[in-house]
Amino acid sequence: MDARRPIIECRDICKTYLNGDVATPVLKNVTFTIDAGEFVAIMGPSGSGKSTLMHILGALDSPTSGTYRLDGRDVSTLTDDELADVRREKIGFVFQSFNLLPRATVLRNAILPLIYAETDPERRETLAEHALNAAGMPRDRWDHLSNQLSGGQMQRVAIARALINSPSIVLADEPTGNLDTKTGEVVLGTFQELNEREHHTIVLITHERYVAEHADRIIHIQDGVIVEDSRNSRRRIVNHTAA
Amino acid sequence: MTINDLFNETYASLTANKARSGLTMLGIVIGIGSVIAMISVGQGAQGSIEARINSLGSNLLLVEPGAARGAGTFVSSGRGSATTLTLEDSDAIAQNVAQVSEVAPEASRRFQVTATGTNTNTEVVGTVPSYQDVRNVQVDEGSFITDAQVQSGSRVAVLGPTARDDLFGEGAESVGDTIRINNTEFTVIGVTVAKGGTGFGSQDDMIYVPLTTAQRYLTGGDSVTTISVQAANQQAMTQVQQDVTALLLDRHRIGDPTQADFSVLNQEDIVATATSVTGTFTLLLGAIAGISLLVGGIGIMNMMLTTVTERTREIGLRKAIGAKKDDITMQFLAESVALTVIGGVIGIALGWLGASLISSVGGITTSVSGSSVILAFGVSAAIGVAFGYYPARRASALNPIEALRYE
Repeated sequence: MDARRPIIECRDICKTYLNGDVATPVLKNVTFTIDAGEFVAIMGPSGSGKSTLMHILGALDSPTSGTYRLDGRDVSTLTDDELADVRREKIGFVFQSFNLLPRATVLRNAILPLIYAETDPERRETLAEHALNAAGMPRDRWDHLSNQLSGGQMQRVAIARALINSPSIVLADEPTGNLDTKTGEVVLGTFQELNEREHHTIVLITHERYVAEHADRIIHIQDGVIVEDSRNSRRRIVNHTAA
Repeated sequence: MTINDLFNETYASLTANKARSGLTMLGIVIGIGSVIAMISVGQGAQGSIEARINSLGSNLLLVEPGAARGAGTFVSSGRGSATTLTLEDSDAIAQNVAQVSEVAPEASRRFQVTATGTNTNTEVVGTVPSYQDVRNVQVDEGSFITDAQVQSGSRVAVLGPTARDDLFGEGAESVGDTIRINNTEFTVIGVTVAKGGTGFGSQDDMIYVPLTTAQRYLTGGDSVTTISVQAANQQAMTQVQQDVTALLLDRHRIGDPTQADFSVLNQEDIVATATSVTGTFTLLLGAIAGISLLVGGIGIMNMMLTTVTERTREIGLRKAIGAKKDDITMQFLAESVALTVIGGVIGIALGWLGASLISSVGGITTSVSGSSVILAFGVSAAIGVAFGYYPARRASALNPIEALRYE
């Protein structure tokens, strides 16, 4: 695979929220590039603008100014429905609170994005099998209802759901925030594995340095500007076999 | 989103909270059920009134003395006492108007009638044999009045079944017995077949005597109270009505039709009047039931709004994984339409059941028409769309970022 193909290109991204007449700048001229196959952590304290950045990267929101190219396509000026198409085809989300459908099976949760992609029902099974295996979800749990699972298992289902479309990037927003340290470690190991074995591009948003240190590059954001963007020299590697 | 997926998602959402879905549906079930049952009562009444009017005879025109009070009103100001119509008018209609199959003049009035030890007050109709065809009278026992009896002015009487029951007891043999009308003795020569219907204007509570006899002993003079004219066919009725009017205006030397001293009623007008009355009645009943349907619809809207709020995060997630606005709108609209359509089908079944209960227990004629079923089904689907649209739009308009953060 192309080692240096840029998948995310952000140039002078600004986001300003208008509250009445008061303009609050949240992102100020943010510029960076993420290549395909990278595992990047975007780290910053709360209020730093990392959530806003994640929303823009996830095509949930548009920047006030600047350009954002995702996989070569400028997505900073698209309409709501066009953004929905981009999300469906290019982005897989993993949220802090899992956001699974309760009272629905693991399998149904995993294939949920496919109903909007109108994938053939026969193909859904194959894709779900691959995604659930990649996320490390044991097969005997696939028929369980999502609200009967443990937190770690729920997040695995959410990861499988994010992977099912073979997205260009997987965006994980505080994926370990609702998990205990040990389970969180296992989930981070899963991301490392996906990055190494399946070459998924992973963007991890977190406020914890410990979590960010599982990535191989850390973008540190504070008060809406990038204060540091460097290779992670002290990378924490989770023992995959232990997971 | 394919139809199949939409169906599966809807099924999953509605079964996720069965009690709530069921109760919401109940509102529609009751609404549609009561609409079906109420309209069936109205339509049943309409049907039985039409049947009774049609039992008078077919293609019938009634010429009566005195001006009608208004279009279609069949009580005229001078009926019974006015003496503007005569037997000669009747004969003239029979001879001069084309496409008339039968003409039957009658002179009728209510009299106290006595038999051995009993008496009753009933309508005595002096008429001619053609009356039997024109007014669709069938004889059960004995025979009807003959031309010879009219010629000779015989004192014979044919009883309606109700009059017979009142005078001789229910189902009693009466042919050959004697009754007294206005202190004149009449011999009973026949009893007619029951036409059904009770109360005002019953066709069964009548006594038929020869027209000449009635004029001589009972009503006096040579006037008639009604001339029944049967047109050759339904298409000819309007023409016959015009011709009869023109002929009688000419015979009575009246130039201005508004000053006519008689009126010609078309049977279809009578049916139309009765239908418009029962139609209003049906509409009223339907409207009352429609209110409960409206309340049911508001119940749907209430539930859908609650659902949208409860499932805010789910909506946010669906948007994040690529659902478009229309996908979300369709999903919530499908849920409300599914509730109202299923509720509507159950409601139609229950309404049908209710209508047959009203018939069997209440003794009221009901009729569930195909059109009211189709209408009810259409209305319930329309309610689903109308009351589901606002909540669905609200769901689809949610900002995914805020929806995902919603606690």
